[in-house]
Amino acid sequence: MKPFGVLTATAAPFLRDNIDTDIIIRIERLVGLMGHADLGHWCFELLRYLPDGSENPDFILNQEPYRQSEVLLAGANFGCGSSREGAVWAMMGMGLKAVLAPSFGQIFYNNCFQNGLLPIVLPRTSIEEIISELRPDSGGTSVTVDLERQFVVSPGGREYTFETPPLRRQALLDGVEADDLSLTLKREAEIAAFQARDRWRRPWIYESVEVLS
Amino acid sequence: MPGRTMFQKIWDDHVLADLGDSFYLLHIDRHIMHDLGGPGGILSVEQRGLRIRNPELTFATADHAISTAKGRAGTSGVGVRLLEGLRTGTRSAGIRLFDIGEPVQGIVHVIGPELGLTLPGALLVCGDSHTCTHGGIGAMAFGIGTTEVTHVLATQTLVQPQPKTMRVHLEGDMAVGVTAKDLMLHVIGAIGVGGGSGYAVEYAGSAIRNMSIEERLTICNLSIELGAKIGMIAPDEKTFAYLKGRKFAPAGELWDRAIAYWRALPSDADAEFDHEVEIQVDNVAPHVTWGTSPEQVLPVDGMIPDTATLADAGKREAAAAALKYMGLQPGRPIIGTPVDWVFIGSCANSRISDLRSAAKVARGRKVASTVRAWVVPGSESVKRQAEAEGLDHVFRDAGFEWREPGCSMCVAANGETVPSGQRSVSTSNRNFVGRQGPGARTHLASPAMAAAAAIAGHIADVRKFEELT
Ligand code: SF4
Repeated sequence: MKPFGVLTATAAPFLRDNIDTDIIIRIERLVGLMGHADLGHWCFELLRYLPDGSENPDFILNQEPYRQSEVLLAGANFGCGSSREGAVWAMMGMGLKAVLAPSFGQIFYNNCFQNGLLPIVLPRTSIEEIISELRPDSGGTSVTVDLERQFVVSPGGREYTFETPPLRRQALLDGVEADDLSLTLKREAEIAAFQARDRWRRPWIYESVEVLS
Repeated sequence: MPGRTMFQKIWDDHVLADLGDSFYLLHIDRHIMHDLGGPGGILSVEQRGLRIRNPELTFATADHAISTAKGRAGTSGVGVRLLEGLRTGTRSAGIRLFDIGEPVQGIVHVIGPELGLTLPGALLVCGDSHTCTHGGIGAMAFGIGTTEVTHVLATQTLVQPQPKTMRVHLEGDMAVGVTAKDLMLHVIGAIGVGGGSGYAVEYAGSAIRNMSIEERLTICNLSIELGAKIGMIAPDEKTFAYLKGRKFAPAGELWDRAIAYWRALPSDADAEFDHEVEIQVDNVAPHVTWGTSPEQVLPVDGMIPDTATLADAGKREAAAAALKYMGLQPGRPIIGTPVDWVFIGSCANSRISDLRSAAKVARGRKVASTVRAWVVPGSESVKRQAEAEGLDHVFRDAGFEWREPGCSMCVAANGETVPSGQRSVSTSNRNFVGRQGPGARTHLASPAMAAAAAIAGHIADVRKFEELT
C-alpha cells in the first residue's frame, strides 16, 4: 500500500444512491482470477459499456474531463451489498483514489482502507455543493483531499472537514508497514494467552470441533 | 449502570485488545470459506510466508462457482480451477472441507447452522456479506473482505470498529400467506437499505419469539440488505432444541456448560440501544420488489410507484433508473406482470421449511408454459430431507427443475443466469442490476410467492391460492 499524500484531482459527480458492489464489479470478472489492475477495465461495467461492448456515452466516467477522475462524488450507502473486495481493486484499477459519499456500505468501507482507497463521509448537502461548483467546460473540476489535516477543498475553494478513524488514517498515511496484519502478528503472545483463558471459560468453542476426526 | 445488550456481551467476550477510538482486536471462533474466496485466502497466507494459525477453527465448502445441474455438469473451467484450489489449499493447511458429493455440502450459510458450527455467542466470519444469517442462532456473525480473510487465517483475530446498536421490535402475528421473508422485505422498505448502516441489529418482539429457527435465519440473512453487517436474535429454548445433537454442537458436559453460558446472552431488560424501531406485523402483506434495490419493494397488491413524486434527489434518480431497467410502468399494479423465470433457493430461502411452503403451492398444479422454474436446495441435508418427504416429486410433477445444492442463480457466478431482458421471481436476497445475469430483471419474494408466480405465469398474490392454511 502506497502512503496517501495530498491528492488534487478531477472529481466526477455520481450522485445515485445505493450503488452496490455488484454494479462496481460483476462476479464473473472476479471468478476469472484476473489481476487487480486488470479489473479496472471492468469497473462499473454495466453502466460504462453498452451491450455491444462499446462505451456508453451517457456514463459520466466516459465523458471529458471526467475520464481522468480520481475522485468520485457519490450518493448514499455507496458500496452496499456483497463483501467482494474486488470492488475496491476495480475502482483503484481505473485510477480512483477517493470516494466522497454521505454514507458507505460497512464491509466496503473496511475494504477501502485495506487497499488505500480513501472513503470520505460528507453530508449530502456538502457533496451537492461541491458538484454545483464543477465547471467541466473551463477545467474547473478538481478537488483537493488532504488526509493528514482531514479536509476537502472544492473547485471553488470552499473547505469541508471530514473525519477518518484515527487508526485507519494513520495506516493510510504511513503506507504498507502499518497494515492490520503486520501489527497483529506482533501480538502473538496476547492471542495465545487469550485462547488459553478462553479455553477454560468457553471450552466448547474449541473442543467440539477437535474431538471429531 | 444500565444492563448490557446481547451484542455488547458477545463483543466484550471476544475483545483481545482495545486499539483505541472504538477499534478492537477480536478473537474469531469460527471461520467459514467458500470456493470463490477460499483458494485465494489460503494462498495469500502462504505468499506472506505465514502459517494458518488455527486450521481447526476454519471450515470450507464449495457453493458459489459450482454447477447445480445433475452430476455438477457444466461447472465452468474457472469453477473447476477454484474447486481444485480449494481442495489443495485446505488439504495442505489442514482445514476441513465439505466437498461436493459429501452428505453435508451446501451453501455456507445453510450448512453452518445445520452442522452446529454456528453457536450462540460465537463470533463467526466468512468472506461473504450474508454471514449475518448465522445471527439467527444467536451468534455474532458478519461478512469480511479478502484482506480480512487473510488476517483471520494468519492470526485467528480481526480488527473491527465497534458498531452502534439498533433493536427492531417485530410485534404481533403474521397473517396467513406472510412469511419471514415478506416481513424483512417490509422492514427494509420501511427503514431503507442504508438504515442499518453502522449498526449491529437485534431483532426482538413477539413475532420473532414465535418464529422457527429457520425463519429467524431468513430474517438475519437480510440484515445486510438493511445496511447492517450484523443481525442477531437472542437464543432461546427453540435454539437449544435445534442445536442439540448436531455434528459439531457441544455434547455431554460441554453442552451443559454451553447452555448455561447461552442462557445469559440475551439483552438485559434495562439494556440501552442507540436506536429502536417498532413495527407491527399483523397487517403486513406478502411483499415483492419492483426495483433494483431491496428497499424498492411493495405489498403484492400495491401499485408500481411513480418515481417523479420522490422528494429525495438521490432516491429519485435511483428509482427512475430502476424502473427503466426493470421495464415497468409507474402507477400500474405489480400483480399480473409476466414472469419468465422462477428461482427458489439461496441462503435466504432454501431450507426445508422454505421448500415445504413452496411445495404446498405447487402440489397438484403446473408451472405455466411460459415459465422456467428451478428449485435449488440449500444443502445436501435439505435435499435428502425434501426427497424423503417426496417434495422433489411434487416439484417435478408440477414442472419445476429439481437441482443440486449451491448458490446457483442467486449470484450467477457459474453461468446459471437469467437471460438478458427476462424477468425472474427469485427467493434470493438481491435484486441488484445484473445480479442474476447481465440485463436480468429480478423480483424478490418468498418461496410461496415464487411458486405462485411460477404457476400463474405472472406475479401473483399467494393468498389467492387455496390450501395455504
Ligand atoms: S446463496 Fe447467494 S447470497 Fe447466499 S452465499 Fe450464495 S451467492 Fe451469497
